[in-house]
Amino acid sequence: MTPLLRVVGLAAGYGGPPVVDGVTFDLRAGERIGVLGPNGGGKSTLFRVLLGELEPLRGSVSGAERFGFVPQTERSRLDYPVSALDVALMGTLSRVPWWRPTGRAERRAARAALARVDLADLADRRFGELSGGQRQRVLVARALVQDAPVLLLDEPFTGVDRPSAELLESLLANLAAEGRGILIATHDLDQALAWDEVLCLNRRQVAFGRPAETLTRRVLELTYGGAVVPLPGEGAPVGVLPAHHHEHE
Amino acid sequence: MHALLQPWTLGFMQRALLELLLVGIVGGVLGCWIVLYELSYSAESLAHALFPGLVIAALVGFPLVLGGALGVLAAAVAVAVASRVPGIERDTAVAIVVTALFGLGVLLALSPSSPPGVQSLLFGDLLGVSASDLATAAGLTAAALLGLAVMHRQLLVVGFDRRSSRPLGGRPLLADLALLALVAAATLIAVRGLGNLLVAAVLVAPAATAQLLTGRLLRMMVLAITVAALCSVGGLYLSYYASTAGGASVAGLLVVAYLSVRVIRRGA
Repeated sequence: MTPLLRVVGLAAGYGGPPVVDGVTFDLRAGERIGVLGPNGGGKSTLFRVLLGELEPLRGSVSGAERFGFVPQTERSRLDYPVSALDVALMGTLSRVPWWRPTGRAERRAARAALARVDLADLADRRFGELSGGQRQRVLVARALVQDAPVLLLDEPFTGVDRPSAELLESLLANLAAEGRGILIATHDLDQALAWDEVLCLNRRQVAFGRPAETLTRRVLELTYGGAVVPLPGEGAPVGVLPAHHHEHE
Repeated sequence: MHALLQPWTLGFMQRALLELLLVGIVGGVLGCWIVLYELSYSAESLAHALFPGLVIAALVGFPLVLGGALGVLAAAVAVAVASRVPGIERDTAVAIVVTALFGLGVLLALSPSSPPGVQSLLFGDLLGVSASDLATAAGLTAAALLGLAVMHRQLLVVGFDRRSSRPLGGRPLLADLALLALVAAATLIAVRGLGNLLVAAVLVAPAATAQLLTGRLLRMMVLAITVAALCSVGGLYLSYYASTAGGASVAGLLVVAYLSVRVIRRGA
């Protein structure tokens, strides 16, 4: 089966030496790949290349041309005078020419997307009044309205309460089951074992593969800079204290 | 009742009100974007920076629209050049350019050899608005509203989250340029009645007041237009019966409206 997205030998940076190097992976339909690494490890840079905002220094990206992007909800403006439905409707900008007003079909698509993320009842609620988890789901709905084969999620579990995180996880599983490819950037390992594959980045690609086989102590040390500690009684094999939280991307 | 209706039997009062309503419609809608994009100070700077363009056009006998457009371009180039001078912060560069250009415009407008009409570009001449001024303002208002309608979705997406707007099809540069052009258009609409000095009042105050009252964009726009219209009527009454300057009365009431809503909302 041809992958939805193929990245080969990718290096990218901002004028100086590469911020991330040697990235090679395939994303197939129905797969969820967790992109792991410390802050500054290159996750955001990889996403920027995929979204076409940054030209790669080396290597190639092929396959999907349209991406649904779900940014961190912590960055969205809470004082903006829009409802959840208005935000979901923003997903039509790439489908309906921007100079045309949106019509009934778009509103229906936006309401359907909100229903998919269990927010049909809150469609008319002001975006800034929603909880962090609900806002994150609205942003997922917006990406669904874009109707792209590949979804990129940037730290979707940051600032999200546990019930919302579980909802989000099962939602991502359903979206993948429908044949989408999903990349989830995260700096914590909480859900890593649940993804189909993990891509470990720390300024270069440390490892890529099935989480159970890939997330060895050695890989985690290389990914997170050595601050790996066992967490007795937890589901994950090891816990991680990220060493480079101060770095920016 | 007679005292309330009497001002509107006069042609110059009718024209003043129509001019203010046109300004209020564009200022109310555009103002919402200016407030949401946190561009209030930039909008005022731009209105002032294009002033010499207006004055020169009036002196040479060119259409004001052309003068305004050239004024905006000159201001943009001057800001870009000044920002590149080493050792000058961008903020400082903008302040220097705006002050220099506005000063130049005032110098020309208030020069003894300038015809009297040119001075009104600075302070406005609300009660002297002519039918042809109104026709120009109406044409510009229609163009500005069309521009606002066409740009609505772009402005909405870019303003919500500039950084992640591109994957959605957002074009931040286009949104910024459109707002720049629209502020220039609004300045041209308002300059005859309110004068260059008070344009910012109608661009910022109604929208800022409306923002205190609602959390939805379309409602905010309608409320901003309503606030502008009410203050226009009130300002004209004030001007008529208390013999105060028309433009300043309207601007003053807009500030009073904003402060009142603020105080009431805080008390509620």
